[in-house]
Amino acid sequence: MVERFGKSAKRYFKDNLGILCALGAMILFLYIFPRTHATFLTRTNIFNVLRQNAPNLLLSCGMTMVIILGGIDLSVGSIIAMSGVLGAGVVVWGGAPEIVGILVAVLSGLLFGLCNGFIIAMTQIPPFIVTLASMNIAKGIAYVFSGGKPIRCMTDAWKFLGAGFVGPVPTPVITMFVVFIVAVLFLNRTKLGRHIYAVGGNDTAAKFSGISTAKVKFVVYSFSGLMAGLAGITIASRLYSGTCTSGDGAEMDAIAAVVVGGTSMSGGSGRLGGTLIGALIIGILTNGLNLMGVNSDWQYIIKGAVILLAVYVDFLRSNKKAK
Amino acid sequence: MGEYLLEMKNICKSFPGVKALQGVNFQLRPGEIHALLGENGAGKSTLIKVLGGIYHPEEGKIFIDGNEVAITGVNRARENGISIIHQELVLVPHMTVAENIFLGREPMGKFGVNRVQMSNEAQRMLDTFDLGIDADSLIADLSIAQQQLVEIVKAISFNCRILVMDEPTSSISDREVEHLFEIMRDLAKKGVGIIYISHKMSELDMVCDRVTVLRDGTYVGTCVVAETPRDKLINMMVGRELNQYYTRDHVKSTEVVLKCVDLDDAKKRLKRVDHVSFEVHRGEIVGFAGLVGAGRSETMQCLFGLTKGSTGEVYIEGKQVHIGNPVDAMGYGISLVPEDRKVEGLYHLQSVRFNSTIEVLHEFIRHLSVNEAREEEITQEFIDKMNTKTPSQFQTVANLSGGNQQKVMIGRWLATSPKILILDEPTRGVDVGAKAEIYEIMNMLTKQGVSIIMISSELPEIINMADRVYVMCEGKVTGCIDYEHLSQEAIMKLATQETVGGQNNG
Repeated sequence: MVERFGKSAKRYFKDNLGILCALGAMILFLYIFPRTHATFLTRTNIFNVLRQNAPNLLLSCGMTMVIILGGIDLSVGSIIAMSGVLGAGVVVWGGAPEIVGILVAVLSGLLFGLCNGFIIAMTQIPPFIVTLASMNIAKGIAYVFSGGKPIRCMTDAWKFLGAGFVGPVPTPVITMFVVFIVAVLFLNRTKLGRHIYAVGGNDTAAKFSGISTAKVKFVVYSFSGLMAGLAGITIASRLYSGTCTSGDGAEMDAIAAVVVGGTSMSGGSGRLGGTLIGALIIGILTNGLNLMGVNSDWQYIIKGAVILLAVYVDFLRSNKKAK
Repeated sequence: MGEYLLEMKNICKSFPGVKALQGVNFQLRPGEIHALLGENGAGKSTLIKVLGGIYHPEEGKIFIDGNEVAITGVNRARENGISIIHQELVLVPHMTVAENIFLGREPMGKFGVNRVQMSNEAQRMLDTFDLGIDADSLIADLSIAQQQLVEIVKAISFNCRILVMDEPTSSISDREVEHLFEIMRDLAKKGVGIIYISHKMSELDMVCDRVTVLRDGTYVGTCVVAETPRDKLINMMVGRELNQYYTRDHVKSTEVVLKCVDLDDAKKRLKRVDHVSFEVHRGEIVGFAGLVGAGRSETMQCLFGLTKGSTGEVYIEGKQVHIGNPVDAMGYGISLVPEDRKVEGLYHLQSVRFNSTIEVLHEFIRHLSVNEAREEEITQEFIDKMNTKTPSQFQTVANLSGGNQQKVMIGRWLATSPKILILDEPTRGVDVGAKAEIYEIMNMLTKQGVSIIMISSELPEIINMADRVYVMCEGKVTGCIDYEHLSQEAIMKLATQETVGGQNNG
């Protein structure tokens, strides 16, 4: 058992060597750099980074599976806005208990995922177009429902999921790790998980193998929608309000985390372990730039360059391996 | 003749850890069709890539018309009159034939590309070979064989004098092959030297003058095809006595394991399966012969539950069963190794292990626990059984040779312990050594009581391996022949439904 664990740990380091080095270098730099030395490696800041990045990691878990499947899910950013607004609306205007609001938010995300999955599984419409359409629809629902204004909700029960703590640990950090572990177990230790790799790697071969490709697609897009709903309520809770503009561009951050993590955009290969590091790289980068006092306009440019560099280095490495 | 059009002397090329070519010689005369023969990995493609300027050899000289040339890049190769038609076609599907032929050197008029001139030029070239292809049709609308012909025309249009063809017949039907050969002979008459790479030995006699054999990156020899018996060529390629190329102990079995009555794909347009009935006995190899497009693969896909809405009755060991999808089929002990391993079979980015075990996940994944030891054991069992050559179980399948990929595929389906194994073109694109091994394994399986249905377009393979052969033509079974009465003529007659009389095919 111990030996096997050692083996898989070794493989994990070998597979992700490039990005692990990048992550390590970044942490080391921020620790040594005078302006960030004092604050960077404190408990408060570490929890802060993790909490800020919890929604992105939730999305990235779903997105990793979608991309391994050879697809893409553009709707998750809008689902964040929609689920947050719906959840807050049900509580504030409907007078429902907070738990109902949370459930409504999460389930609305799941419902959108189910629709995406159903359409993609049953028709030949490319996922890019289906989720582009649902992205607009979800955004529209958020605006129509809220009238474009934030719906404020300040109760303690509402704040717990995004801004609360369990002991010293922020709640979103716990949500994030629980979901991540469930996703890893699902992808690596179940038959359906393997089938995701099979369908993404070769759709036709999967059919000859007797794999129900429709079922696999349906499940994966539903999961992605569910993750978006969960991320949506987490953000709405942290901001004390459901807002139409939250989650703007979140789908791109998730995709960035996935590709930096070494998952191929053409499908069929990739690991959640890589995605975790990818999400951390992007999160720590943002945090570090903030601590260093870099203007947020410049941060976009630096972030873009780092994504390109990380993917390119990984590309060089895997090319070398293939030869 | 005497004078060589092309001479390659002492070519050496190595990659990290591998000596791909060691002192290889090759000579091509003008007007000659010269076959390049060797198993997968023997160095054929490397040699061709050196000629095409894609690889640069560490040692060796290349002479064209007796003058030494340095081929430093693809363009230099083209300037020297060398054209290569790769196995995978590189035409742009959504452009017309004319646009493809003139890609990158379109004739310019006053207002950009002169489309009329381009189309006329292209049509003239196509007509020289009497191809019956319209220069304005889209590549995507042409058959594979026609696309291949367009590639040839395109190659010739570069004033090519040395034409290399890498396995051009692997995906086209016998009749189209005949047409292709006519054009090759035509070109040779005009003085073009053709280098022809193929795995099909029978094609050598039909079209080639001389043959050069490579083995493990070394030069084995060159001989005149007409004077060299096939056994000798195989020995040269494999490097050992292959006294038993086909291994088959024929059986006469009467116990019916599978009986299909009136299988039909129930399609109105493009009907490929038309009331097909057949039976399979225990321990038998049943061959399915016919031309490409006769509906053999489609029949098996109906049986395997892959065709929605197909009709017909299936009896397994006397009991009628309903097969609605591949899972049902596997439940009844049927496995299907598909025809096109690239498209229908392999998960290229994944490991040998992933590819070997995808059908039997239930044997080692329960709920959330993966029994990795068991997974490893299953994979190893079929690596050993199939004699697959792979550096490790984690090797990416895309990096294996064709023969080993095929072995991984067959192993994957054997892992389901089938009673009835359907093999669709089991040796396509597989080298001679691996072929012999696959035949041996098939024979061994039948001794264990497994029944095999083998679809094959290679008649010698069908004739030597099958106990009974069903011949199909245009979606119908046109006859069934016992192995005592098998001959190429008998099969071709049924396959074409016309009196062929002594035609020598495939």
